[in-house]
Amino acid sequence: MTRFEFVACSELIQILGLRADDERELAEILEGVSLDSVQYHTHGHFLRHGFVGAPYPNDFATWAAIQVRDRVLGERLGVVSPLDFSSLEELREEILTIIDDHLSHLNIVPRVIFGDPFDFMQSRIIEVPTGVTADSLETFRAGLAAIPPSAIYFHTIEAPRRLGRPEADFAVWLRESLGLDTLAAAVNRVDPYAGSLERLRTELLRLCDAQLGVPHG
Amino acid sequence: MTAVFPRTRVRGSEPPLLRQGENPEMNHASLEAYREVAPPGTVEFLYRLSEKVQGRSFLHVNSTRQGGGVAEILMRLVPLLNDLGVKASWEVLEGNPEFFRVTKAFHNALQGEEQVITDDMYETFLECNRQNSERLPLDADFIMVHDPQPAALVLTRNAVASWVWRCHIDASRPQRRVWNFLRRCVERYDAAVFSLPKFAQRLSIPQYLIYPSIDPLSDKNRELSEREVAGILSRLGVSQDKPILLQVSRFDRFKDPVGVINAYRMVKRRTECRLVLAGGGAVDDPEGKVVLAEVREAAGRDPDIHVLELPPDAHVEINALQRAATVVLQKSTREGFGLTVAEAMWKGKPVIGGTAGGITVQIVYDLTGYTVNSVEGAAYRIRYLLNNPEAAARMGRIAREHVRRNFLVTRHLADYLMLLHVVGGTVSGGSS
Repeated sequence: MTRFEFVACSELIQILGLRADDERELAEILEGVSLDSVQYHTHGHFLRHGFVGAPYPNDFATWAAIQVRDRVLGERLGVVSPLDFSSLEELREEILTIIDDHLSHLNIVPRVIFGDPFDFMQSRIIEVPTGVTADSLETFRAGLAAIPPSAIYFHTIEAPRRLGRPEADFAVWLRESLGLDTLAAAVNRVDPYAGSLERLRTELLRLCDAQLGVPHG
Repeated sequence: MTAVFPRTRVRGSEPPLLRQGENPEMNHASLEAYREVAPPGTVEFLYRLSEKVQGRSFLHVNSTRQGGGVAEILMRLVPLLNDLGVKASWEVLEGNPEFFRVTKAFHNALQGEEQVITDDMYETFLECNRQNSERLPLDADFIMVHDPQPAALVLTRNAVASWVWRCHIDASRPQRRVWNFLRRCVERYDAAVFSLPKFAQRLSIPQYLIYPSIDPLSDKNRELSEREVAGILSRLGVSQDKPILLQVSRFDRFKDPVGVINAYRMVKRRTECRLVLAGGGAVDDPEGKVVLAEVREAAGRDPDIHVLELPPDAHVEINALQRAATVVLQKSTREGFGLTVAEAMWKGKPVIGGTAGGITVQIVYDLTGYTVNSVEGAAYRIRYLLNNPEAAARMGRIAREHVRRNFLVTRHLADYLMLLHVVGGTVSGGSS
């Protein structure tokens, strides 16, 4: 059996100097920006929302709804789940398609008047081993409760994305090392893109507690 | 059965490097003390992250040892970096009064005020930096130069060290001629760091984003007992018999203190409260005196409005006022980062802030407070929070947790370790 090693991560945010004041500019810049920037504003959004979930699950939707005050585009972009796309390029295409379609139904291009422009960013993420390990479901549950939120991000969002794998590290280990297929399947059904990292942690702990037959708390 | 946790290490047995002229009373709470206030696992995470940059030397240079936000945060960060095994030190630029008159004009010009800068003034700036580059031990692996005053030190850099310019001010709309002059210095650095994306400029070097932070163990933010709070408010002449609305800021038109009074008056028609406007900056600042007079005139003889002029070191008083407040305002129309927002949120208060500067990244709308665009908006939200104390308390709890995870000095430390690793590592081939 392989011991599970919890790995956290740290990011350094880079300002790209690319700024959109309206939704057309947003699309134009998004089309040419690096995939690292697409990652930062979609998957990476969750690393910056460890405790308080943002009203929308990616930076594009949040900007449209909050800064431009275009709730319709915010809602349409907000429902895009990165889980549905096997690559960042496909995810970018989907976002661009939604913005283009939205603009094609409008006579004006919505822009920021009172809000902030959209600043494109990207980040450098490095892995930081926490030193916390697990060799059973009990120790896994204890580790899960104690690790920094960035470790939840790393194992549920960052590592699967890097490896192009649809499963979180947790599910793979629970199935392959502990033989807990049902629990692994339940862990896989938890949507990591549906709230804050702490919400995700709580949900994963609840599943572990149910498997262990102990009251959740 | 428990998970295997790493052994807790307590470093920092060696004292931080003190350079000539360094303040020996530098307030030094060890990193271990932050286990009580930072999110779980944070201190251990910092030790792990710091392993990538162990033993590297990291020199900060700014223009003052005391006073101002930069000195305040360096007093904390430098010893904490040493606790993490980084050889951190801090040097201060020396200059004559003429140099500081020039850099004050630079500072104002970079923040968008029209200034007359002569060729002699540029020469004064460069000459002072040249002299300091000979005096200062600029021999660290990684050198971070804070703000414009020492920015030209880089002109004498060697090829070994990594140099980063840390800009703390809003330079988004600078006077062009001054910026063009400064840009020639800035582009000699390996990278620049800004506090907000909108403060950044078009540059040929990488630009990074690092938010400033507050220190939860400083006098301004440490826990105070109810008795201490009551005693301080009593001394300040502020009764706690009604809900308190508070704005802490310099008496400056961009902070809109008169707008705050007008919002209070709208609320006061139906809801009992008192307003405290606490700040300084009026003593040496001619414009501050004018604004203070305007504020006093707007306050009139209302016994429930308290206009408090506080000295720059009134940290505990500000702490007590923030803890006593029911709702905290920062109704700025123009703002730098506005760390008073995070300070109030750390004390579990909902904050109503203007849509300006860094206020929008600190307040999560409708969860930790509200950003507003008008006097009416401020009044509407004050009235809601005063009449819905459960909602205000819930927002305050979330606000404190939001600050714990995003705006404490421990997060700032992680960002600087990352910078040292990413920028320092690539340039001088350091550990990674």
